[in-house]
Amino acid sequence: MNESWPDERGRFGDYGGRFVAETLMPPILSLEKAYEDAKADPAFQAEFDDFMTHYVGRPSPLYFAERLTDHAGGARIYFKRDELNHTGAHKINNCLGQLLLAKRMGKRRIIAETGAGQHGVATATVAARLGIDCIVYMGATDIVRQKPNVFRMRLLGAEVRAVHSGTATLKDAMNEALRDWVTNVSDTFYCIGTVAGPHPYPAMVRDFQAVIGHEARAQVLEREGRLPDAVVACIGGGSNAMGLFHAFVPDTDVRLIGVEAAGRGVKSGLHAASLNGGKPGILHGNRTYLLQDENGQIADAHSISAGLDYPGIGPEHAHLHDIGRAEYVSATDDEALEHFQLCAKLEGILPALEPSHAIPRTLDLAKELGPDGLIIMNMCGRGDKDVFTIADALGEDIAEGTEA
Amino acid sequence: MSARIDAVFAKDRPAFVAYIMGGDPDAETSQRVMNALPDAGVDIIELGFPFTDPMADGPVIEEAGIRARKAGATLTSVLEMAKTFRAQDTDTPIILMGYANPVYQMGYEAFSDAASLAGVDGAIIVDLPPEEDGPLRQAMDARDMSLIRLATPTTDAARLPLVVSGSSGFVYYVSMTGVTGGALESGGSVAEQVARVRDAANLPVIVGFGVKTPDRAAEIGRDADGVVVGSAIVRALHEDGETKALELVRSLADATHAAR
Repeated sequence: MNESWPDERGRFGDYGGRFVAETLMPPILSLEKAYEDAKADPAFQAEFDDFMTHYVGRPSPLYFAERLTDHAGGARIYFKRDELNHTGAHKINNCLGQLLLAKRMGKRRIIAETGAGQHGVATATVAARLGIDCIVYMGATDIVRQKPNVFRMRLLGAEVRAVHSGTATLKDAMNEALRDWVTNVSDTFYCIGTVAGPHPYPAMVRDFQAVIGHEARAQVLEREGRLPDAVVACIGGGSNAMGLFHAFVPDTDVRLIGVEAAGRGVKSGLHAASLNGGKPGILHGNRTYLLQDENGQIADAHSISAGLDYPGIGPEHAHLHDIGRAEYVSATDDEALEHFQLCAKLEGILPALEPSHAIPRTLDLAKELGPDGLIIMNMCGRGDKDVFTIADALGEDIAEGTEA
Repeated sequence: MSARIDAVFAKDRPAFVAYIMGGDPDAETSQRVMNALPDAGVDIIELGFPFTDPMADGPVIEEAGIRARKAGATLTSVLEMAKTFRAQDTDTPIILMGYANPVYQMGYEAFSDAASLAGVDGAIIVDLPPEEDGPLRQAMDARDMSLIRLATPTTDAARLPLVVSGSSGFVYYVSMTGVTGGALESGGSVAEQVARVRDAANLPVIVGFGVKTPDRAAEIGRDADGVVVGSAIVRALHEDGETKALELVRSLADATHAAR
């Protein structure tokens, strides 16, 4: 069923499309053609696969989270360990694909936007490896929240440009990257970090991330001899979730569950849950669910996680939501913090704040399904980058090494 | 489509088009400036409506939008401005300019009704390329308004016919790849570009982005059917006040009209 979308206009049902200034239409059309050519070229796929194996470190393990399973007292919980990838998150799968494409197109300059910094670090990493100039736009607020990643990007030779406009977070970084692209279309490749933006980005990013679900599907069949009852992933723009979901979309017995960031609660208005608390609109090159007011002005998103702090969502998720193929729930900042700590203490894994949102709903689901159930959750990023934010939230002073 | 737009281009001189952000810095000032534009020589008014995420605009227009939103401006209030203006001026075309989402939220039909009632002649929606503008175009066509398309230096010969087909009133040529208020590339290429678009469209071609001074307006006016100035006027209004801003408008309009 998922082979039929997007259509030739880049639509997933009512969502997607190409809502950009005319200046960007020709480069987007040439990108689409270059991507179609690359997909059909075995040499491109072979180069991608070789880097995935020897540079990224794929396949990532499918890990049985035994102590969390015991803790929940229900279904067996597996983690897809995409936080073990080079650079510490799933983001590099997509960056590798896009930058190999950029190289193939002869582009010498890469721009990217980043929220938590994981996409920026991954882009800077692959750009360094391929010898391409890299500029990363990042909201000034996020620069403060994610200092370690800013330093990492600079060490990798990228230029990090602070964005002070708007809310100084991910959406504003995306605006600024689009402005750069409009200005420098001839030599610049825009590496979008999630399954959003104008067609072909949502489909292309999904395709590069689909490795997560394809591996997980094969691994779980080998380990358990059957498909899982559900796959679970956190959702900001939704690239890790789409990467996990894609291989399972035709398996209609497998529930697809996305967990949005509810911030201080969906009813508080301070959240980043576009599907649970937004409505369809047009932003950043696509039609999708957005947080917005009655006049069509985009509302501020709120999340403790810089990577989920985005007022939109990929258009394929909007479609999966409308047709009821996927379920979208949410978790608050407090739940994410609590389950970050639980996962650290029970499994010896420091999850990023982003997948920390998926853990409470995974545990709920485990109880609901009972001991015969089987769940895969995407552990899409590691929490090293978040230790300062978490220490702050817990009232601890890392420099002093004392407890509050 | 619009008789008011056709009448402007029937005059034997280049048209001067001024952009202001509706509601910047507040509703009263903005209305006063808009009402004064025809006397300052403006042939067509581009009336911006604010959006939180103006991806194709530079800092001057973005900040104008922030000021307008803080003062309570919405698409609805900007349509009210147009209506008030139209009550005192029945000749000067008004073109709305902004981004798709506020229009989409109002609904394409409801927007077109409201704009038509307000005496609006057309709209430029920056993030609706030809591939996505069909539903709004139909709604506006049905009410004799023009959805004006943008052509840019990246619009190549293969794409230009698509861009100009279905455009009405005029074609807006964005003379550079960049955001509003950027630096205009100098040199003779604008004349060639305008000729290229005019040949393909059989419509008047107005040129905008990066025009800041009367000299530059005159230079563009020699080759194009009209010249658009936005950021320079918005900046003058913010930094120097209404009187100085209208003086700048007058000097730009005079220079454009005298270009040929």
